[in-house]
Amino acid sequence: MSEAALSEPALTRGRAPWVQRLASWDTAVIVLAVLALLIASGAVHNFGTSRNFTFLLLDLLPVALVALPMTFVIVTGEIDLSVASTLGLTSAVMGLLWDSGLSIETIMPLCVVLGAVLGALNGFFVTVLKLPSLAVTIGTMALYRGLALVVLGDQAVAGFPRSYTSWVTGTVGGGVVPNLLIPLVVLALAFGLVLHATPVGRKVYAVGSSEQAARFAGIRVRQLKFWLYVVSGAVAGLAGVLWTLRYSSARADNGFGIELAVVAAVLLGGVSIFGGKGTLPGVLAGAVLLATVQNALRLQDVSSEALNIVTGALLIISVLLPNIVNSARAALRRRRAVIQEGKG
Amino acid sequence: MNATKAATPRRRMAAPQAIFSTVFKARESGIVLALILLIAFTATRNSRFLSAQSIRDILLGTAILAVLAVGQAIVMITRNIDLSVGSVLGLSAFAVGSLLRDNQGVPVIVALLAGLVLGGACGVLNGVLVRFGQVPALGTLYALRGVNYLWAGGQQINADRLPESFLDFGNQAILGVPWLVLIGLVVLAVATIVLRGYRAGRELYAMGSSPQAAELAGIKVSRNTIAAFLVSGALAGLAGVLFAARFGTIDAAAGTGYELNVVAAAVVGGVAVFGGSGTVWGASLGALLLTVIGSCLAVLDINQFWQQAIVGALILLAIGADRLVASRVARALRKRDSHV
Repeated sequence: MSEAALSEPALTRGRAPWVQRLASWDTAVIVLAVLALLIASGAVHNFGTSRNFTFLLLDLLPVALVALPMTFVIVTGEIDLSVASTLGLTSAVMGLLWDSGLSIETIMPLCVVLGAVLGALNGFFVTVLKLPSLAVTIGTMALYRGLALVVLGDQAVAGFPRSYTSWVTGTVGGGVVPNLLIPLVVLALAFGLVLHATPVGRKVYAVGSSEQAARFAGIRVRQLKFWLYVVSGAVAGLAGVLWTLRYSSARADNGFGIELAVVAAVLLGGVSIFGGKGTLPGVLAGAVLLATVQNALRLQDVSSEALNIVTGALLIISVLLPNIVNSARAALRRRRAVIQEGKG
Repeated sequence: MNATKAATPRRRMAAPQAIFSTVFKARESGIVLALILLIAFTATRNSRFLSAQSIRDILLGTAILAVLAVGQAIVMITRNIDLSVGSVLGLSAFAVGSLLRDNQGVPVIVALLAGLVLGGACGVLNGVLVRFGQVPALGTLYALRGVNYLWAGGQQINADRLPESFLDFGNQAILGVPWLVLIGLVVLAVATIVLRGYRAGRELYAMGSSPQAAELAGIKVSRNTIAAFLVSGALAGLAGVLFAARFGTIDAAAGTGYELNVVAAAVVGGVAVFGGSGTVWGASLGALLLTVIGSCLAVLDINQFWQQAIVGALILLAIGADRLVASRVARALRKRDSHV
């Protein structure tokens, strides 16, 4: 899909010895994702069918979509746990507006704007009040989901226009690739370009590496973070619209808990939870790997709630492993230094 | 600013202490005032609200939430957060429920201990993970919930399969005080004493005020962090047993979303998200406030779905207000220092 973008970061490390290249996290995840796809196609009954492949891509979509801005947010060293609730609230509001008789063409942009406003509220608390983003987005996670319930209760709104719902669930030319992959690829390319080839992207990394240094270098850290939250909310809003159309059902609990999959995909893709590190191709590979494992297990009749073990464990491992490797390296370096001192 | 936070709990640096104690008195009296207004308003609208049954329900609900909030407060004082409490509660409730279903003769005290031990083990796991990374709280939330689903599957433990003595424990009183409330009070008292007067407790505040300074001062930060999570996990396990005893019906979804209520109770009760200040007493008051709000919604016939939105709004209000107060206090201190 974004083959060219995928291989780029690997190539830039071309001079490194092969061990180091193997150790490069995002390369490893890309390889792992491909391996998982191959192994699952061979070993899991029904995995390799074109029908299942379409479903795999459709399930991957909301997570991959929301993971794009989440990558930016986590690279700056912050987090946004409210994305799933933003998705739910936009879905609920979409149902409400549809019930009130507005046209779908008006509702969809309104929902994206609503997402952006919800993101702006996160941004306000994090950048203006300077509160820790984890605590803020836990609060908005509860608030937005609660408001979604207030708006729609346990009702579901259905009956969205056929032309939209069938496009969202349809495939390109009736083939394997879902239509929805088109907006994802476009957005992924846009986000990838911004992160890896523009001053904005370099600022994001600078802020994540050292916020103080970034500020001294003249970067408007708070402004940057604020807009990242706005974008994160807007994309979550878009995901809410697509989710609603895909299942042709606006419900308050839509997307419940997908923040776990999103954060897991981002961290699995090699983004450091401490900020400053990671690439977008790695994140997309992380999302593919996660979706593949989940899909294969689901075909083996593992319930989707129980799948949280796998997602949670992958998240924990992707935080732990780099830390263990780093501390092992540091210990090795210290020991070498001691040995050299002893020789001297 | 951090140094002044460290001084919050009494003694040392008399001047900032005065300001801080007013702030925290304001916080706790604010909650009490809110409680009085809320109860008075609801009671005038519907006298059923002050019936013995309704008060008992509120107290039992508060007891469970307060036990969790005490643990959360201890973790948050060290500048961490434990998002797994809801999942640990669910896991413990289901584990103890199945233990009792299969062994009717097991005494209540063994059930309580089993919950404590199971929760404590989950807490140690959390604590160890937190020393290595930052979000494992989120990871264990879902992973433990997943374990629970895998184990429980679709099955449900019903009250009629549980021993009579256990259900009595959940609903009966000794000397007029329900057992659950008694346990909540004991947990609160012990935590208050340890946090106020013992070295271990003081070290937790020091770690939250400035982890680096605490490390330099010779405090064993790793050990204490893990211990704080151990306590929070054990209390969540205990709360799971109380939950099972009170409701009698337990499935894999028990305790889902509790972590949000618990965090809300703690921050509303004045436990700072930046660590280093707050009391378990405040957190318990927060738990009482949240439970009363929930009960008021039911009595006033307001859409129950408001509950979660209110929880979220309270979290944001509390941490936002803390921030404004803290920056105002810091400014006041700076001004005074410059005059001296």
